[in-house]
Amino acid sequence: MSASAARPSDVLPGLGRKIGSLRQERRWALITAYISLVVAAIVMLAPPFYMLITSLKTSAEISNPVGTPWIVRDPTLANYTALISDPMFRGFFWNSIIVTVLVVAVTMVISVLAAFALARMKFFGSQVLATGVFLTYLVPDTLLFIPLYQIVGGLDLLNSKWGLVLVYPTLSVPFCTWIMIGYFASIPKELDEAALIDGANWMQMLTKIFIPVALPGIIAATIFAFTVSWAAFVYPTAFITRPDEMPLTIGVVSQLIRGDTFAWGQLMAGALLAAMPPVIVYAFLMDYYIAGLTAGATKG
Amino acid sequence: MAQVNIKKVVKEYEGGVQAVKGIDLDIGDKEFVVLVGPSGCGKSTTLRMIAGLEEITSGAIEIDGNIVNDVPPRDRDIAMVFQNYALYPHMSVYDNMAFGLMLRKFPREEIRRRVENAARILDIGPLLERKPKALSGGQRQRVAMGRAIVRDPKVFLFDEPLSNLDAKLRVQMRTEIKKVHQTVKTTTVYVTHDQVEAMTLADRVVVMNHGIIEQVGPPQVLYHSPATKFVAGFIGSPAMNFIPARLEQASGALNVRLSDGALLPVPADRTARYAGHAGREVLFGIRPEHLTAASQMEARPGLAPLSLTPEVVEPLGAETLFYCWRDGGEICAKIDPGVAAAPGVPLAMTADMNRMHIIDPATDKVL
Repeated sequence: MSASAARPSDVLPGLGRKIGSLRQERRWALITAYISLVVAAIVMLAPPFYMLITSLKTSAEISNPVGTPWIVRDPTLANYTALISDPMFRGFFWNSIIVTVLVVAVTMVISVLAAFALARMKFFGSQVLATGVFLTYLVPDTLLFIPLYQIVGGLDLLNSKWGLVLVYPTLSVPFCTWIMIGYFASIPKELDEAALIDGANWMQMLTKIFIPVALPGIIAATIFAFTVSWAAFVYPTAFITRPDEMPLTIGVVSQLIRGDTFAWGQLMAGALLAAMPPVIVYAFLMDYYIAGLTAGATKG
Repeated sequence: MAQVNIKKVVKEYEGGVQAVKGIDLDIGDKEFVVLVGPSGCGKSTTLRMIAGLEEITSGAIEIDGNIVNDVPPRDRDIAMVFQNYALYPHMSVYDNMAFGLMLRKFPREEIRRRVENAARILDIGPLLERKPKALSGGQRQRVAMGRAIVRDPKVFLFDEPLSNLDAKLRVQMRTEIKKVHQTVKTTTVYVTHDQVEAMTLADRVVVMNHGIIEQVGPPQVLYHSPATKFVAGFIGSPAMNFIPARLEQASGALNVRLSDGALLPVPADRTARYAGHAGREVLFGIRPEHLTAASQMEARPGLAPLSLTPEVVEPLGAETLFYCWRDGGEICAKIDPGVAAAPGVPLAMTADMNRMHIIDPATDKVL
């Protein structure tokens, strides 16, 4: 630095000296974020990608890998056509759909009503009850399936998808209720008071005000209930051994692994097909889920 | 159209806290009554008890002659406007206004007629299809009022409806509310903590403090004849000055002696009123607007000279306020902007003794 180009910082030490750059810090933060996100995306997407690759290979290619296994040399849809034309696989799919639709319906009816009562109707013990609902969610299903086996057996519902419809809500209702309590609690109290004065009874307040306003929360809870039910593995493994009552998750595994023979191509194709409904549900409802409907309810 | 009668109403919360301590109030048909007071004075609780949103601990509330203590809000035939508007966010402006009528199973044509009529009164016709989030604060407030108007209820209840608006809009909406009341002439109970709002809107103002009613009366009566020190200090802006003083009798005349020796003669027509308190310590109450510079006043009976030394001067344009401290208390005076006032320079002032108040410090009552 030449003396003639003295800047104020040189003349007055400590005044106006550059002690860091906001722009540079921001750039580093972005670079770090991008690197982490790319690594995370690769880690997350590698298994589904490998599933897709494998599902497009013939059994011969799977059992005789030449070179890298990440490339398909001889792509085929045979695994998919075999599965789709197999009535048993279609049965698994159908069972999963029936169980999931019913579980989501039962869960949402119970948890919306329960959450509304717990969030808005102050009654003796409502606080304790709300906490209790959440605590039940903390008990893992791997602990619950033994006593539940007794109950389901006692009701003569072992080896039946109706047994699953009965037990899945034990997982989904507490969590969905908890989500909905939070959502309902965020709706301003004046909204119910306005509805009360407008002439609404509790049921009308729920159906005409709370449910439409809390729609994003309800959709979030629905997605959760759907995921719990569609992806359940422990309960059907424990309660169902008859192939015609099996849902997809265990059907694919139990029927495509015979002894020590793994039908890898079909296994992967089945897993991918099973993963499709959740992907579609998420893709369609995500925007709805994120969009805040409550904006403008009160002072904005 | 209806009367509202509040009889010995008490509201006690769990834990024994009394928000409202046995108030009596009769609100006439078509009357615009404003409940005003500081936060926690029980004004909102009173309004919510009229609405049926709070239960009454004891006493009775009558609407149109019927006791409504146990009547749910929907059957009281009232409409309420909330501070945060409480519009239904998922409904259009039209549906927000029509909701109450739809629940009451009004014919579709009648609903449309009423909503359009209210929209015309409030000038929100072009907004009917919009959602609340697409409206400004003032527009939302109008919709909230429209929701009340379409119901054509016996009583309108307003809970601090203008508090969320900016100062300019507040003044504008205040006029709107008054205009609407003059058009629809519905009995109205209005809660605010803003005494200017209370004074400008009300037929009668109810000043509340600590769960009791301090005074009820038309705005001018509250201003000129406050009953208590609280009302005297709460109504009027800037607030009334309270100066510790002594009532002294000397040769048939009564004087207010300030602690620094200044002697202010009590007007002859008031001597009889205060005679019983001669020789006692009192509070001398005078509004800033009645403390004026001697140079701007023509001499007339009842004006007492007084010297004050401004310490802080606030020129507001139309008038100038100055503050000085005396006996540990602040004194505010309102003078003509043409009067030269400078901090530290004593100013010859006059106190308009015809407008002063004498307060008994033991009871806080205005004598």
